[in-house]
Formats: sequence, C-alpha cells, structure tokens
Amino acid sequence: MQQTSSQTIEAKTRRAVLASGVGLGAWVVLGTSAFAASDDLAAAISSYAGGAAVREGKVKFEIAELVDNGNVVPITVTVDSPMTADNYVRAIAVFNEKNPQRDVVKFTLGARAGKASVTTRIRLATTQKLVAVAQLSDGSFWSHTVDVIVTLVACIEGEA
Amino acid sequence: MARTLINIPPTAKRGEIIEIRATIGHPMETGFRPGDDGKILPRNIIQRFSCRYNGELIFSAEMFSAMSANPYIAFYTTAQNTGTLALTWEGDGGFAQTENVTLTVTG
Repeated sequence: MQQTSSQTIEAKTRRAVLASGVGLGAWVVLGTSAFAASDDLAAAISSYAGGAAVREGKVKFEIAELVDNGNVVPITVTVDSPMTADNYVRAIAVFNEKNPQRDVVKFTLGARAGKASVTTRIRLATTQKLVAVAQLSDGSFWSHTVDVIVTLVACIEGEA
Repeated sequence: MARTLINIPPTAKRGEIIEIRATIGHPMETGFRPGDDGKILPRNIIQRFSCRYNGELIFSAEMFSAMSANPYIAFYTTAQNTGTLALTWEGDGGFAQTENVTLTVTG
C-alpha cells in the first residue's frame, strides 16, 4: 500500500516536471516567433505604404472574432469615403501576422467603384492579428487592426 | 476551363451602384503544404483578377497564397453605359480565363 502511493507521487512529479518543461519550451518558441512576426507585419505594411505614415481610422475591417474554420474566412473591408472624382479610395490591402506570408490580397479601386467596399474569403494559419490598409486619392494611408481567434487552422503542414 | 459563378444584375439605371460577385473553381495550392509523399506541393494559385468595363480597367486584385480555394471577390462599380464587363483571372502555370457579362443600362 505504502509502495503504491509513493509510486503514484513519483509518477505525478515526473509528469509535472515533463509538462512544465514542454510548456516552457513552447512558450519560448512562441515568444520568439511572435516577436519576429509582428516585426514582419510592420515591415510589410510600411513597404506597402512606401514609408508614408499609416493612421488608424476610416477603414472598417469586418471579420468574425472567433473563426471556426481557418480555410475559409469571410472578410469585408469598407472605407469611409465619398468616392467622388477628387476624393476616392485608390487601393485596399490586407496583411496578416502569422501566416507563412504576410500578404493576403491587394485590391486596386477607382472613383468609378461608387462604394469603397470589398468582400472575399481568406485562409488563416493560426490565431493572430490582421490589418487592412487603404490608400486614398490624396496619398494618405489608413488602417484597421483586428485580432482573431482561430479554432480550426488552415492546413500548412498537412495531415500528420 | 474552370467553372465560374458570376453575379451581376442584368440591368441597372445609369449612375446606380451595382455589386459584382465572382467565384472561380481553383485549388489555390499554397506552396507551403506537403503532399502524401512528404514533399512540398508546388504553388498553384491565381495571382491576378481584373475587371474591365467596356475595356476600361475598373477593379483589380493581386492575390497571394492566403486566399481561400475557389477565390471569391465581391466589389462595387457605377453603371455608366450598356456594355460588357470582362472578368479575367490569371495565375501560375499559365492559367488565364476571361468571362464576359453583358450589362444593360437604362435611363
């Protein structure tokens, strides 16, 4: 009886040690990759804007906060603009933080669009941050950042 | 020829804002995914979508691997004259397809 209980304690301890070790490892890896990814994201946006300042506002990025299926995620990006010949949205782009590639899609619009709104479906590899950036006809850049939680991720590594 | 599904109103009043919705059947293979043999499957995506209204480019999109399979894009344009809307998809492996839709503008 005494022996059994001590074995149990030993097993528990071993498990706990293993679990904490694995946990620590995962945290370290995630920590580094998240840091690098955010840097990448900022770099991708600044290269799209050609170094110009990107301000928050005017853009509305609609996406479900909790994504069930990362393979098909509907998104809508709408920009607050009168869409007249001298004040319109020139381009809209979407960037992500943690997919293998920062670019998602880049749209080019014109004054003839009448309404600055685009809808599409994208893939998300994991829970992450997404940024929509719009360029107006006066050359200014505006953005909207959203955080999404992805429960079923788009397959990058295939079925194990 | 890939299957397409295009939704454009057949008629519109001059100056009316119309929505154009288009889907094309395409796997959009990312180029990041290994196949059954463990080797990375080569990328096969549509890289560019464009829409011309009576020859004038009114909308275009540059797509990357993060676009879903069977890419769907919806956008708006202002009805001006009766004519043709030409939707073109171009991608890897020389993929190119154009679909024409007639829009009748009244008023």
